[in-house]
Amino acid sequence: MISVNIYRYNPEKDSFPYMQTFEFEKPKRDIMVLELLNQIKEKDPTISYRRSCREGVCGSDGMNINGKNGLACITPLSTVIKKNKLDLRPLPGLPVIRDLVVDMADFYAQYEKIKPFLQNDTPVDIGERLQSPEDRDKLDGLYECILCACCSTSCPSFWWNPDKFVGPAALLQAYRFIADSRDTKTAERLQNLSDPFSVYRCHGIMNCVSVCPKGLNPNEAIGEIKSMLLSGKNKENIIASDAVS
Amino acid sequence: MSILNSSNIKTLEFDVLVIGGGGSGMRTSLELAKSGLRTAVVSKVFPTRSHTVSAQGGITCAIASADPQDDWRWHMYDTVKGSDYIGDQDAIEYMCSEGPKAVFELEHMGLPFSRTENGRIYQRPFGGQSKDFGKGGQAARTCAAADRTGHALLHTLYQNNVKEGSNFLNEWFAVDLVLNKFKEVTGVVAFAIESGEVAYLKAQATVLATGGAGRIYASTTNALINTGDGLGMSLRAGIPAQDMEMWQFHPTGIYGAGSLVTEGCRGEGGYLINKDGERFMERYAPNAKDLAGRDVVARSMVLEILEGRGCGEDKDHVFLKLDHLGADVLNAKLPGICELSRTFAAVDPVYEPIPVVPTCHYMMGGTPTNIHGQAFKLSSSDDDYIPGLFSVGEAACVSVHGANRLGGNSLLDLVVFGRAAGLHINEALKSGGGVANCDNDDIDLALHNLNKLNESSRGYEVSAVKKELQEVMQNYFGVFRRGDYMDKGVTALTEIREKIENLHLKDKSAAFNTNRVEAIELQNLFEVAEATAISSLQRTESRGAHAREDYPDRDDENWLCHSLYDPTTKVLGKRHVNFEPSQVDAFPPKVRTY
Ligand SMILES: Cc1cc2nc3c(=O)[nH]c(=O)nc-3n(C[C@H](O)[C@H](O)[C@H](O)COP(=O)(O)OP(=O)(O)OC[C@H]3O[C@@H](n4cnc5c(N)ncnc54)[C@H](O)[C@@H]3O)c2cc1C
Ligand code: SF4
Ligand code: SF4
Ligand code: FES
Repeated sequence: MISVNIYRYNPEKDSFPYMQTFEFEKPKRDIMVLELLNQIKEKDPTISYRRSCREGVCGSDGMNINGKNGLACITPLSTVIKKNKLDLRPLPGLPVIRDLVVDMADFYAQYEKIKPFLQNDTPVDIGERLQSPEDRDKLDGLYECILCACCSTSCPSFWWNPDKFVGPAALLQAYRFIADSRDTKTAERLQNLSDPFSVYRCHGIMNCVSVCPKGLNPNEAIGEIKSMLLSGKNKENIIASDAVS
Repeated sequence: MSILNSSNIKTLEFDVLVIGGGGSGMRTSLELAKSGLRTAVVSKVFPTRSHTVSAQGGITCAIASADPQDDWRWHMYDTVKGSDYIGDQDAIEYMCSEGPKAVFELEHMGLPFSRTENGRIYQRPFGGQSKDFGKGGQAARTCAAADRTGHALLHTLYQNNVKEGSNFLNEWFAVDLVLNKFKEVTGVVAFAIESGEVAYLKAQATVLATGGAGRIYASTTNALINTGDGLGMSLRAGIPAQDMEMWQFHPTGIYGAGSLVTEGCRGEGGYLINKDGERFMERYAPNAKDLAGRDVVARSMVLEILEGRGCGEDKDHVFLKLDHLGADVLNAKLPGICELSRTFAAVDPVYEPIPVVPTCHYMMGGTPTNIHGQAFKLSSSDDDYIPGLFSVGEAACVSVHGANRLGGNSLLDLVVFGRAAGLHINEALKSGGGVANCDNDDIDLALHNLNKLNESSRGYEVSAVKKELQEVMQNYFGVFRRGDYMDKGVTALTEIREKIENLHLKDKSAAFNTNRVEAIELQNLFEVAEATAISSLQRTESRGAHAREDYPDRDDENWLCHSLYDPTTKVLGKRHVNFEPSQVDAFPPKVRTY
């Protein structure tokens, strides 16, 4: 038998959250945590959590699994269960709406703040903008983010200042556009991050890196942004000075 | 919970409602963002969690990167042939010729396409693609961002909607259409999932962009949220559905898990083998081999399995071999597939083949529309529309896919027709088009089903009925179909209908009640399943994805047409296929071989 402890909270009924235990026959084959949750929900349909793709690409089911943030749908039970026990809690640091569902408004607001879209005022007449494979490679490890919030909600700096510190997920996206050879607003993007909170609240604690289910490295991207801010160099003025020399 | 009615729910008024935040819905809303019309995108999940995010292989379009000679007419030819000749040629022409513009637009918006050495968009070969109208060999026409094209496309569209300030009602669930006494669609009743608050969302134009319904089958590549809600709503409102017997079974779903392994794997040089290690597609499709049409490959795989050449202990799947491509190619071109395969098949494709089976993948049918997204009435006339109702994307049947969709053509369909619908709605509403107000009774009628669920004190359990439904569809309406089996299936569905109408909603609470969401989703699944079953039984021929053992041949005399399912009588009618493209001569039906 295994026992699965699930964080329960329904604002209409519960003054306080509590953990509810479900005893389960140990599954014969290794299953994903999401599958286990789905089986529990068949027994108790009142448990709420988000899920969509069930294959780790939509970012719906980020949760805290035995103390570590991850996606339930691609986390095999065998890799997280300890002494036949499994604790499932909502992502930490964000308000809980119900059970395992958190309010992501702050997280999305930070994403919008970094202007997560390509900016380039030069019109293109026909065809696509060209980009060399080398320049395109610079976006690998950045664009794949699925906005699951596992990273930001594992970051102590984000817990303390979710409204001011942009957080690892959005900073990774900020860098995704800075790194894009097609984007011409690097200076403005950096300027927007130059206050004492947006980037500088990152203290390199690295929690974000260890939890990202897509294997991305927000800390490294943050490092790049910081060094660009410090050196005052970015791809636009580098290109400009290259052109002069 | 008190009974909901028009006087105790609020009304939110818009010009345009786009129900769905997937690729098609967000392309529609983007087109409308600058129009000055009040538009709202309603999505039951945060938009980037929509199923479009899962698309892997790419978006097919003749942008002439891989082959500078490439021509949209060749793409059109392939698509018509792929559709087994019941794709509408005016719509296919529009999609293929407008396609390049739509793809370049995506690039300008920032979509991180993979690149060729000269900096252009990378294109890979996909099934059913040819040069020179089938005479010039395999083409490479699918534009790709590694094997994460859907993710890249969906995020890019969301980002540009943020840029343009689109208005989103995220995690709102649309329940039923509201129709006025003239049978015009005036909006939907919906609820905010977070708070449970119910509202009448009123609009002059309602666009169903609710995606597919692969969850009618037990085994599917589709996301858990693909429950055909838009079709469920329209069928309940008596609006017809077209070509519902046409379901694509993708050859390579991961055995056991159902997750998709993109056709791009075979495009990059992978191939299927049976238990003897034989590359069996060489027997079934000597020219195109593993890149024949999806329906052809899926049926060949089932035949291999039925004839005892399947792999594994139960000989119930085959293998997709990729290891010969080498780690470098796999990591650069198919990184997502390697990840999925390690996670869901416990197999590393760099060293071992992936176990795969044909798995339900795509709904070719849907709400019949013209190229502007306007929904057709149940009528034989071509300009009889339902005022106020539009549909785009997988939920719609425009029909560019006919009886079998070609890989990469859905993403193109989303952006081309999403844009077209946006353009049309903008023009129509600005030149005075719109619908009359509804009466309170009309809203009450649309709330009926929700009220009934909320009031249920006993009845059938959602999860159990869903399983039963999915098993029936899997067993009786799969890759191969037969009249007597399907008869049994239809009878089984009649019994399930009774349960669907008497579901027990155990959880009556307001905040983030996923039990309520799943109950309504199940009702929608059922409507789609029933339409599928009846259409499949009544189309007495084999064409494209619809393969009948009792009618093994294509019957152009009787069935070179769309089927049109009438939910009020449950009878299958016919609609003619368009053979009148404007820029090229129509492609006449030919025997379809690969
Ligand atoms: C695994 C996989 C891989 C694929 N790969 C490719 C590929 O490489 N190339 C290709 O061309 N095609 C591919 N396809 C097909 C293609 O991805 C889909 O057909 C397409 O993405 C559907 O887009 P859509 O906009 O119609 O709907 P979706 O993206 O499914 O979006 C539906 C939207 O409707 C909303 N919605 C639904 N019901 C409700 C409701 N009741 N209330 C409110 N909102 C609602 C949802 O929240 C969602 O936002 C693939 C499909 C699968 C399953
Ligand atoms: S490295 Fe920075 S962003 Fe990442 S968890 Fe630590 S403080 Fe947060
Ligand atoms: S960086 Fe990783 S953990 Fe953070 S939101 Fe993106 S995918 Fe999730
Ligand atoms: S359900 Fe999509 S990431 Fe887990």
